Amino acid sequence: MNEDEILKRSVLTGTHLLEGNVAMAEGCIAAGCRFFAGYPITPQSEVPEHMAKRLPEVGGVFMQMEDEIASISAVVGATITGKKAMSSTSGPGFALMQETLSWANLIEMPIVVANVQRVGPGSGVVSLPTHGDVTQIKRGGNGEYEVIAIAPNSCQELFDLSIEAFNLAEKWRVPTFILSDAWLGHMREKVVIPEPEEIKKRIVPRPEYIPKENETEGRPQIYTIANKDFTEFNIPAFPPLGSKNFPYWWITLTHSQISGMITETPSVADNTNMTINYKISKNEAKISIVKRYELDDAEIAIITYGTPSRSALEAMKACRKEGIKVGILRLVTVWPIAETAIREVAEKVKQIVVPEMNLGQIAEQIERFAFHTDGQRIPVHRVSHTAILHTPKEIIDKIREIIQ
Amino acid sequence: MSYSAPRGKENITPHPYGTNTQMYKLMGFPFTMFCKGCGYGSIAQAICRVFKEENLQEELFPFIINIGCYSSMPTVLPGKILMTLHGRGIAVATGVKMANPKLKPISIHGDGDLLSIGTNHFIHGARRNVDMIVILLNNNIYGMTGGQHAPTTPMGSKTSTTPYRYGEKPIDSVELAKVSGATYIARWNTSTMREFMKSFKKALHHKGFSFIEIVSQCPTQFGNKNALPKALDGFNFIKNNSVRINKAKDMSSEELKGKYIIGEHLDIDRPTLWDRKSEIIEKLKEK
Repeated sequence: MNEDEILKRSVLTGTHLLEGNVAMAEGCIAAGCRFFAGYPITPQSEVPEHMAKRLPEVGGVFMQMEDEIASISAVVGATITGKKAMSSTSGPGFALMQETLSWANLIEMPIVVANVQRVGPGSGVVSLPTHGDVTQIKRGGNGEYEVIAIAPNSCQELFDLSIEAFNLAEKWRVPTFILSDAWLGHMREKVVIPEPEEIKKRIVPRPEYIPKENETEGRPQIYTIANKDFTEFNIPAFPPLGSKNFPYWWITLTHSQISGMITETPSVADNTNMTINYKISKNEAKISIVKRYELDDAEIAIITYGTPSRSALEAMKACRKEGIKVGILRLVTVWPIAETAIREVAEKVKQIVVPEMNLGQIAEQIERFAFHTDGQRIPVHRVSHTAILHTPKEIIDKIREIIQ
Repeated sequence: MSYSAPRGKENITPHPYGTNTQMYKLMGFPFTMFCKGCGYGSIAQAICRVFKEENLQEELFPFIINIGCYSSMPTVLPGKILMTLHGRGIAVATGVKMANPKLKPISIHGDGDLLSIGTNHFIHGARRNVDMIVILLNNNIYGMTGGQHAPTTPMGSKTSTTPYRYGEKPIDSVELAKVSGATYIARWNTSTMREFMKSFKKALHHKGFSFIEIVSQCPTQFGNKNALPKALDGFNFIKNNSVRINKAKDMSSEELKGKYIIGEHLDIDRPTLWDRKSEIIEKLKEK
């Protein structure tokens, strides 16, 4: 099979009625994912099921591993060998993956993990949605690191944003997460999949490693190097395992970003941690994707992400009919937190409402930026549930309550 | 950790096989971090010798190194080395093998690494028959963390976490590999390095999950706590407690208690994981 044929097979052009989990799997295959390792867990089991059927058709490999720890380890192994690879899981499995995700962040591996969230803590409720893992995604592992997380709100977006997740992972060399939930994963909607040529234009391929002229053998530049103030970052491609340029020794310990070797020098370890964190957080404006709805004249802003943004849209329409000036800022990328966009909105509005399917994990972040230019604090109201999707009415009621 | 040559030893002539090692290539001098009398140095040398004798294309036989005493082994190993987390080597190697079937990963493990935290991956790697080599460096103790009880520690030994010598039954890795489905199994000790080299060569050409255990002395941690403080004490203790597999056949289970049965335990052929995966991919290509 040549490349064109594989591309044609990987993109199921047409209009389909797809389940959320299946749409996400199709998006990942279209994005070029050729290795999947996972472990069954409700409510994401449709993803491995679909991958098992589809991946061999496009020359990829599907592995059902012994647990989530092994799944994510195999994904890192496949990525370092040069394949685009992913895993998917739900809350309890995601907790098991943290150890390896922390490692993947240290060595800047462009992997993708989908978390189809279910209610926790513990085994929780397997079929109910939540956004309880939002903080776990970047604060679950040991050490500190910044990640990219995308929160789609429809089956079409699960397809489109899966491609975007792979692109962001490749572009920034960082583990990227797709934040789905039990309801979104099991919902069926119309999904339009474009022509293979158009998908091809959207895909960011894995950059090829080109050795530098003055490079010492066995010591390629594999890590991001930042300038002194951490404002510019040189993110290099890495040579895959099995190629002649692969470093002699690629370690899991904290390393020097320049030599790639073990370090116990405090300033070098400090630099490594700053680089991998600031690479994402200081480039927040370039990375984050937001959608703005009727924010120009808004007095109240709803800041939301994921499934609740659908309820928020309905609520906004109803409020506008009543004459209440409501706008929406939808965070398509939850992490890194879209600081610039939130500050911009906060400057204009009087109050902020945050409907979330957790007890305010992102609201806490928004509070950090909810100030007018003169320093006056803007109230951030939470509409929180942990296992229920908000009805538009609830959000409308909250807005009515706060304007009185 | 320092990267300068020890003072006064800058011009030291390296060992004939030392020139093959990572540290020699990077720094221009051989360098090890093992304790005095540790058996791991000779194992690393044996691996270097095999790589040189077989004239292997280094990038096709990557080493997967986990966490343990042997984590500093890359300084004296040839080839390309990917270090992974504690016990996850076989899972990572599965991903590596599936992403590039031309490679044959060699995963090096310690006893705590493979038989305690990574047992799950070991069992399933063997069951799937991933085409790779697993080398278990068994020193009967957690050396790096300060001499705690390991799953292979002999009954009644004194360790940091068994000060009263209570005993848990040690695990027999060869039997575990056998029932899990490994296709090449051997066990050697530090007094049988030539046989280990032969086994390692065989494993390099074997298609399937190869498992080689090598029992090593640990004078610093195991020896000091159990009246075997010198390298030769531990070396002889293991040597005297080892029985060749052909002799063990005629011995009763009572006589074999606490003995290491050394030799080639199994050598069979079975389709590997990639054989099955590629079969499906080829079949679907036709459609």
